[in-house]
Amino acid sequence: MPKQTFILNGKPVTVNVNDDVRVLWVLRDLLGVTGPKYGCGINVCKACTSHINGKAFNPCSVRVGDLEKTDKVTTIEGLPATVGARGDDLHPMQEAWLELDVAQCGYCQPGQIMAAVALVKKVRREGREITEADLDRIRNVCRCGTYVRIREAIEKGARAMR
Amino acid sequence: MTALEHDPQAGPDSPGLGRRGFLGWVMAGTTLVVAADLGLSRTAAGAAIPSGPQVPEIYDLEDLQTDAALPTANLITVTINRDGTASFALPRMEVGQGIVTSTAMILAEELDLPVEKVKVSLAPARPELLFNQLTGGSNTTFSTFTPIRVAAAVARRRLLEAAAIQLGTTVDRLTTTGGIISDTLGNTVTYGDLATSAASQVVEAVEVLLKSKADYQVIGKPRNRTDARDAVTGKKKFTTDLDVPGALPTMVCRPPEHQGSPRRVRNKAQVLKMPGVTHVAMVDTGVAVRARTFGQCIDAVRALEVDWNRGTASGESDQTVLAKLKAQELPMVVPEVPVLAEQVDTRFEFMFRSSAALEPYAAIADVRADRAEVWAGLKAPIVAQGNIAAATGLRQDQVKVNVVTGGGSFGHKLFGDHAIEAAKVSKAMGVPVKLMWHRVDEPRQGRLHPMATSRVRATVLAGQVLSFEQRHTSVTTDFSHGLGEMITSLADELPTGLGGLGFAETIFTLTQELPYNFGVVTQLLNEPLEFEDKFSTGSMRNIYSPDTCVAAELTIDLLARKAGKDPLQFRLDHVKNKRVRAVLEKVKKEGRWGRPMPEGMAQGVALHKEYKGATAVLVEIDCRPRTVERDLGKETYTGPRVTKAVIAVDCGLVVNPRGVEAQMQGGFMDGLAMTLSASNHLRDGRFLEGSWDNYFYTRQWNVPPEGVEVHIVESDSDTPGGIGEAAVGSSAAAVACAYARATGTLPTRFPINHGQVRFKPKSFVPSMPPSPTDGLKKTY
Repeated sequence: MPKQTFILNGKPVTVNVNDDVRVLWVLRDLLGVTGPKYGCGINVCKACTSHINGKAFNPCSVRVGDLEKTDKVTTIEGLPATVGARGDDLHPMQEAWLELDVAQCGYCQPGQIMAAVALVKKVRREGREITEADLDRIRNVCRCGTYVRIREAIEKGARAMR
Repeated sequence: MTALEHDPQAGPDSPGLGRRGFLGWVMAGTTLVVAADLGLSRTAAGAAIPSGPQVPEIYDLEDLQTDAALPTANLITVTINRDGTASFALPRMEVGQGIVTSTAMILAEELDLPVEKVKVSLAPARPELLFNQLTGGSNTTFSTFTPIRVAAAVARRRLLEAAAIQLGTTVDRLTTTGGIISDTLGNTVTYGDLATSAASQVVEAVEVLLKSKADYQVIGKPRNRTDARDAVTGKKKFTTDLDVPGALPTMVCRPPEHQGSPRRVRNKAQVLKMPGVTHVAMVDTGVAVRARTFGQCIDAVRALEVDWNRGTASGESDQTVLAKLKAQELPMVVPEVPVLAEQVDTRFEFMFRSSAALEPYAAIADVRADRAEVWAGLKAPIVAQGNIAAATGLRQDQVKVNVVTGGGSFGHKLFGDHAIEAAKVSKAMGVPVKLMWHRVDEPRQGRLHPMATSRVRATVLAGQVLSFEQRHTSVTTDFSHGLGEMITSLADELPTGLGGLGFAETIFTLTQELPYNFGVVTQLLNEPLEFEDKFSTGSMRNIYSPDTCVAAELTIDLLARKAGKDPLQFRLDHVKNKRVRAVLEKVKKEGRWGRPMPEGMAQGVALHKEYKGATAVLVEIDCRPRTVERDLGKETYTGPRVTKAVIAVDCGLVVNPRGVEAQMQGGFMDGLAMTLSASNHLRDGRFLEGSWDNYFYTRQWNVPPEGVEVHIVESDSDTPGGIGEAAVGSSAAAVACAYARATGTLPTRFPINHGQVRFKPKSFVPSMPPSPTDGLKKTY
């Protein structure tokens, strides 16, 4: 069985599994990294949103064999470290989520936060700030309907991500 | 016209009356364990029935659920630990509604302990609790508020007595704060220090007084959720996140038709050879595959060749079911009204909707010859335990059911479908399984809110409504999750002659409460027998009310127009009591009712009273073409957009205002989807929708950009009402009323976009779509 190697939350990992298994299952079923959630498996609900080399991606739709050894995969578990947070410290977007008490059931929230961080970074690369239209285009489903607090938290988190 | 105002619920528990003493117990234990009877929640239903009220004003679904628990005389216990924390296993299920947090707050209040030191977990199935372990009908806080406080008060008193001995003083010279007991000299001792010495060798009854509302320090103050940190760090564990040894991923290849069944697997040997696959087994709902990863389960399911039996709704489509419902609609009883009275007749249709949460149905099961253990999100774990025992041939006491926090429920997890199926699969395979439904399985085979019609006939003369009749006709709603059994158990004792009705009619009668003085009011339900078992149904974040509320409130707008009155003023002129008046006045002011809007935009307002509370919603909607036709790419339904929502709620005593706001906002998103966008299409016995790209639950592009404002109106009630479902009906209705006013057309079918199938249905055979491979092209 092929060996799959990539960098997960800052550390290289190697798993024995076929190339065509999607990254989501490698993370959840084989590596026990359960922050990214399954909500559809077809890149619609975005509950599994994580980062690859700093950009948002959905591991339900990527074959593990398509990852390079040097690809850096970051899940919600590894998000604080991307800003140098230590110990119990969190990423500013997670802090904003806590301050606004966004989560209800919490199932979609790891994906929401990872999507929010990537969105802020994307608009900053474009030399601008988040707009209402950007928020409207976020595709992550929240079946509890926490959307209003999500919007408020993203704006707050973005301000703290300076 | 001056409306008659009365509020029978502001009865014996009104402020100003003397505090009641409650009985609790100190249990035998090595540390302090105290207990209270879960049946303490309420006294018997009031005997005096004022003229004119509907049943729920005196006795509603909350009361029924609470009374069903009364005779069980079973105990909930609070333990004081040596580390100074208190622990409590809540016999309810957390699915996002915030009951773990609010329960910790209630305990902290009465214990004088910081909320952080109160550990609330979810109790496994406790069959001895009979009806007292059902999470539904927005009943948790209402039914557990008093017993939990009694247990905590017993603990605090017992700790004080132990402290008095240790400090050589008397209880009346001691004070408690933050888990520390102090005497007048400044000596202190902590709850942790006393946990052992306060423990009892024997069971002892103790009478306690509870804190009064004026002394609350924790209850009523906004508080963030106790599980928030786990949720935002990915540490919060849901069923599929649990690591149960040997429980490998398992999925089920399902029939193309709704509730079909497998006849034969043609290529089992081949599929067993596929990478990662360990087992293939046929059960009554489909063909299960167990593999090393869920991805390999999906591949194997797609490869399976299965012969299928037809489903229970074979040949049926939306139109055939609607025609059958129409034929069964109950007649109106046209009351005697003056000849000059004008009549308003309306009829509305409500389509099937999927109650699935974002976390699909999932359960872990380990079934052995002589025992079984199951882990799942279950709102009625005792019923599930019984069903699992029956399905596996075990006795109920051989089945252990662990309740796991759910990734949403909305009525879906009232049923144990997932847990029962997992147990059957584990038994068939002879190994532990971690079963998960694929997303496509949910709208096609999962629980649905039943299709229904609602007719209203009202008469009006000189601005006064003389009669208001509503006839609701629905595909059968499944109540076999325990609410049905509750009703049976109480059938003879229910007030107002409810006992003779069937389950569904009883629940309908217990939940419908038109909060207006409209003369002769009748609201009746018919669920024709021909639909029994045809569809997998259930409640969906409320039972009948969102549909009946939409029908009633749209009709009220028509009545106002006939009377030449402003819709909000017309409602104020007819409200039945001051609680509904207060919430309506609040949204009128905060929502700036009547402010000028451009053509194609309008405000709408609606009112709903249920679960011992009242909710008014005012929305502004934009139905202008440039908004309706916004193109945000494929898989994206935009449509009319609500730009702002203002909600006012009186939900009785508020434990956690931040939680109430969250439930109102979430409930609003459900109501919005029910009116504008979310439904299932039935064609030839199959449901077309397969995922969130064609089942259009509210998404960010539908969310009001100007926000969802929540105003909690001061309540004179000392007891908490239900909040989980309270906002759904009035939100759905306010959106419908605003849409009608903005477009000048009365919508009669909900959601309004139903019938426009703008997507290509995902394949039925194989029953799951392929997993995409192009994710790296879609990064941002």
